[in-house]
Amino acid sequence: MDLLGFGDLLLSGTWVTVKLALTSLAFGLVFGLLGAAAKLSGFWPLRALATLYTTFIRGIPELLLVLTIYFGGSMVLMAIAEQFGYTDYIEISAFAAGVAALSIAFGAYSTEVFRGAIQAIPKGQWESAQALGMTRGKTFFRIILPQVWRLALPGLGNLFQVLLKDTALVSVVGLNDLMRQAYVATGSTKQPFTFYMAAAIIYLGLTVLSTAMTTWMERRADPAARRAAA
Amino acid sequence: MTEKNIALELDDIHKSYGSLEVLKGISLSASDGEVISILGSSGSGKSTLLRCINLLERPSRGSIRIAGEALDLVPGKDGDLRAANSRQLERMRSRIGFVFQNFNLWPHKSILENIIEAPVQVLGQSRDQAISRAEELLQRVGLSDKRDVYPANLSGGQQQRVAIARALAMDPQVLLFDEPTSALDPELVNEVLAVMRSLAEEGRTMLIVTHEMRFAREVSSQVVFLHQGQIEESGTPEEVFDRPQSQRVKDFMASHA
Repeated sequence: MDLLGFGDLLLSGTWVTVKLALTSLAFGLVFGLLGAAAKLSGFWPLRALATLYTTFIRGIPELLLVLTIYFGGSMVLMAIAEQFGYTDYIEISAFAAGVAALSIAFGAYSTEVFRGAIQAIPKGQWESAQALGMTRGKTFFRIILPQVWRLALPGLGNLFQVLLKDTALVSVVGLNDLMRQAYVATGSTKQPFTFYMAAAIIYLGLTVLSTAMTTWMERRADPAARRAAA
Repeated sequence: MTEKNIALELDDIHKSYGSLEVLKGISLSASDGEVISILGSSGSGKSTLLRCINLLERPSRGSIRIAGEALDLVPGKDGDLRAANSRQLERMRSRIGFVFQNFNLWPHKSILENIIEAPVQVLGQSRDQAISRAEELLQRVGLSDKRDVYPANLSGGQQQRVAIARALAMDPQVLLFDEPTSALDPELVNEVLAVMRSLAEEGRTMLIVTHEMRFAREVSSQVVFLHQGQIEESGTPEEVFDRPQSQRVKDFMASHA
């Protein structure tokens, strides 16, 4: 599709959007797991820290987070660099700021998904592993976590869809993602319906794809279904 | 005659939940090869006692020795005891097989993977070594054809036999059974009891919390009757079943005949 010569631009924007979403997902999952582990920890300062994290991040708009990290982040970096005698202007890339903001947000929401899933694993699953002499760490990573994954998948799939659309927020700090490219194309052609509609269809395509992926992974994570497939 | 080694020794085990004292000082010892059945009505503390032995439940007081080695216990913050050294606890747990009422197999692992997990991860056996041992054990419990299926596809009786094989794969010095047939449909009870009987016959040291009176009578060398967290009566099966001294035990036997 040529789209008045802007087809390639939209395509390159789509690629940026997908990269941003997947990178943020990877970091966000790590934050979410750490957050859940902290929330379930026996050590109260960790629990307090995790609660502060989820309460604060979930309580502010994502856009605010993007702006704060993009503009505030370079100031903080410059202040730190100055301590080491480096006085040039430092700019954070819009992509890096986007990944930071979106993965911090995803982490806060997925903390709750993981926490719920970990708590839904019957106590007997821990007990049978520990009764065999397995350490707490091995029990968690080998016995509990693979089961958590299955329970957390539907919730995580949902959050990923939100993340995918939140990537559009990063366009305000100049990231050349799908949203921004549609805006640019609209600006020079004065055809908002054409380009915003094209962007809408692409976003829709991405979310449908992600839903299909989630469904496939859910099926694969179910041991009974895996046996049937074998 | 030489004295048999003591496989398991419990001394003055207490357990309280808040103000509720569930175990009020239980002492018990099992020589190598002994089979001890622990009987009593529900709420008498039988399962709690069994779970205190490998610290699935933390006793409030008392001491535990496995094959002469004392488990190092120190008071925790909440007043109950905890293991002073988690390495030692893990090592001692690996020598105590525990069979749960609800099997507690891991649903995301195949039957074979369930059995080899701890031998590989805890004892450091090679995968091949663990697999060949697991296959022997599956044959022994009559489930050789199920090695690659998942727990959800087995009946309760089959799952419990796998759970027994999983415990045996560690070559434990003592086997603890916590009401192993209570969650089973009646027609599945016997297949599990048959496996347990064969273990008793080959001289395994076992502690069994059970409501299967006939089985307890046939396989036990010692029967312990708990009531409200204390040992009400103990002795050989003949003594406890046929000539009970306490009225409570008499009533219990009459209602479970």
